Amino acid sequence: MKALRSGYFTGAVLGAIWSIIAAWTMAVAVSLSAGSPAVPVATGCVAIGIVAGLGAAFQLRPIIVIVLAVVTAFVAVVIGHGPLAAVEGGGSSIVVSASSFVLAVAIAGPVVAFMAGLPGGVLTRHELEAAIIRFLTGFGYLFFTAIVVIPFYVMVMTSLKSQQELLLNPLDFTVDLSKGWDLFRGYGELFTRYRFGTYMWTSFYVSVVTVLVTLLFSVPGAYAVARLRFRGRTAFSRGILLIYMVPMIVLALPIYIAFSVTGLRNSIPGLLLIYPVTTIPVALYMLQGYFRGLPTEVEEAGLMDGLNRLQVIAKITLPLSLPALASVSLYVFMIAWNEFLLAFMLLDDPAIFTLTRAVTSLNSSEVPRQYLMAGAVVATVPIMVLFLGLEKFMTKGLTAGSVKG
Amino acid sequence: MTAISPPRGSGPLARREARLAWSMLLPTISIVSLVVLLPLLAVFWISVKPVTLSDLRPPAPIVREDLRGRPAAAGDDADIRYRLRNSSQSKEISDVVLSDVLPDGLDVRTLDPRCELDGRQLTCRLGTWQGGFRDELRIPVTVGASYLEGGDIEASPPVIDGDAENVLTNLTFTTANFASIFDGEEFRTAFVITLVYTVAGTVGAMVLGLFAALLLNKSFRGQGVLRGLYLFPYVAPVIAVAFTWVILLDPFSGSINTLLVRMGVTTETINFFGQKPLALIMVIVFEAWRYFPLSFLFILARLQSIDSDMYEAADMDGASPFQKFWYLSLPQLMGILSVLFLLRFIWTFNKFDDIFLLTGGNAGTRTLTVDVYEQAFAVSNIGAGAAVAVVVFLCLVVFSALFFRFVSREEGL
Repeated sequence: MKALRSGYFTGAVLGAIWSIIAAWTMAVAVSLSAGSPAVPVATGCVAIGIVAGLGAAFQLRPIIVIVLAVVTAFVAVVIGHGPLAAVEGGGSSIVVSASSFVLAVAIAGPVVAFMAGLPGGVLTRHELEAAIIRFLTGFGYLFFTAIVVIPFYVMVMTSLKSQQELLLNPLDFTVDLSKGWDLFRGYGELFTRYRFGTYMWTSFYVSVVTVLVTLLFSVPGAYAVARLRFRGRTAFSRGILLIYMVPMIVLALPIYIAFSVTGLRNSIPGLLLIYPVTTIPVALYMLQGYFRGLPTEVEEAGLMDGLNRLQVIAKITLPLSLPALASVSLYVFMIAWNEFLLAFMLLDDPAIFTLTRAVTSLNSSEVPRQYLMAGAVVATVPIMVLFLGLEKFMTKGLTAGSVKG
Repeated sequence: MTAISPPRGSGPLARREARLAWSMLLPTISIVSLVVLLPLLAVFWISVKPVTLSDLRPPAPIVREDLRGRPAAAGDDADIRYRLRNSSQSKEISDVVLSDVLPDGLDVRTLDPRCELDGRQLTCRLGTWQGGFRDELRIPVTVGASYLEGGDIEASPPVIDGDAENVLTNLTFTTANFASIFDGEEFRTAFVITLVYTVAGTVGAMVLGLFAALLLNKSFRGQGVLRGLYLFPYVAPVIAVAFTWVILLDPFSGSINTLLVRMGVTTETINFFGQKPLALIMVIVFEAWRYFPLSFLFILARLQSIDSDMYEAADMDGASPFQKFWYLSLPQLMGILSVLFLLRFIWTFNKFDDIFLLTGGNAGTRTLTVDVYEQAFAVSNIGAGAAVAVVVFLCLVVFSALFFRFVSREEGL
């Protein structure tokens, strides 16, 4: 049992496991970025991992551990058990060999960090767990970054490739800069032939109007629920939340029928009638939470000074709650911009598509996938820019409003 | 002299406040009832009606008017011809009435017995038309000079009206919709799939979210960047990410499949969204991937509000890192985790877009919400779709009841 708790053993095990994880990550990264697929070779990786782990457990200087790992990698490459191996017909073996050494560093560096300050002898529970936690943290950053980045990377890169290139080597995501502006052909086609400019504008004004209407309705409602006393207040605020949970697909059927009969289907006003209603409940819920947090004294002072309620709202409450209004607006904008189901069911006329609806129409075997992904990028970029620019508000909005999915 | 007692009932001030409150809520209440409550009632109504997609156009009488017989000079004879048709091949229309204003210069010679002429106003009672009915009504006229000088028979379009049974509004009810959905194996499968998808998707998203929250629950440089990055899957439009996944995992030219084959992990490409158990697993993975950011935000917010004194006390008592997580953090997070679970459960249960875009409900991924769409639009049986929608709604009511019981205890909502 004691042997299992020794720093040497821990170092070797963590090193071995990390080497496998790092090797697979490296292999995928090399494949997706250089287009030449590589496979990890278990013996080579594990050897490097164990060397690094033991080196760290012997308290060697980090730079020495890294050098040892690179030397091991060199030996492994020479005897043909290299940590990474090129796949037959898969492209350049130089890239693969070079990345073997990068991999050695990528294994040794983190392993040293995991083992920081661990003695070689028997570890206490604290030391062992701390090492495991550092290991898990490293793994976690790698894992989450990979799962988030890879799809978006593929989305952007696919939009820059022609159909032939994609079919020829689906792994090759290198950007051929010699093509110049031709790289963006997909985007050019979208904005000329597929009229994405119009769709973007439609999506934009539909979202903006939705935000405005939502605020118009939800601000007084939220204020009433937050500040005024009346019978049925709890019931009302629960009812609002309950309505928010009604699945859209249940409502979509009768709305489809009613709109077909009244001729509102295939029209933007029809869409604008429904979009705010899907967002009013959550906006109301978010705002009333915020209004409750505002000090009543300020409003009472206003009342004493002769303002009526509506003036209090306009002159005191709203200016105080600008950050909350920003969060709510952003959140509602995001919902409206991303909305798919209703746009899909209610809009058939290509002249008035919203962006999401237009991207769906690109999903056919006749349209090159380059265009579909370019459409996806066009739909994603504005919301991402907005999100990154106003991340603070957005995060607040998401946290407060994410009773919705 | 009356004894002093506290006021009973609501005073005028309280009443004024309540009135103000209701008037501020009125717009919201009215628009929400119009767009949410009314459709909800309609779903219940439709679910017991034999409605198909084609019934959305009720049968209507159709008329076309023209002048036959090329009149050249004043005094020539001609016929006003009304071509009549029932738009429906199967349903009858009763009490059909045609009315039209005859242009100046056309004088009626003989009037059809079904018609009356009052001044220039022509009214014809055409009785009941069977499905597929077609007829012509001719009214012989003498053409006068004023018509030839530029009168137009089509200047006043004829108006025709009739009473047709509209299956949406009549009082025929049927239980066939419910019978058909409960009868088939299909519904039970869909229900089980929905539950599996919902539970696994919710738990997956929460576990990932918890992990991510623990990772970022310390301040270091770049924490903000990573936090923003980890929200991407949720913030991006569902169509963009769903199509990316489909393309990435495409069995013929998807990068993942190529990678797996080249690396020698599999010999044949894997049809991730087209094989029976795998497709369901993949939509669950997608669900967990797309919604972990939400759980992550919630849990992170809660983690950051836990008092650090407790951890200091635990350190003094010699608790190890895992013990601190297990005995301190986790119990503190239990409240938010359970609220989150219920909320996400409800929303995953209601989820439609993701599965619809990824698999279209094929390969064993047909959840109840997708079933609503498929019944109504693929099979064109709107009644059956509404029946499934009713079932979905009733499930929701049960879940929300649970939610409110639970949440009001946990969060004082």
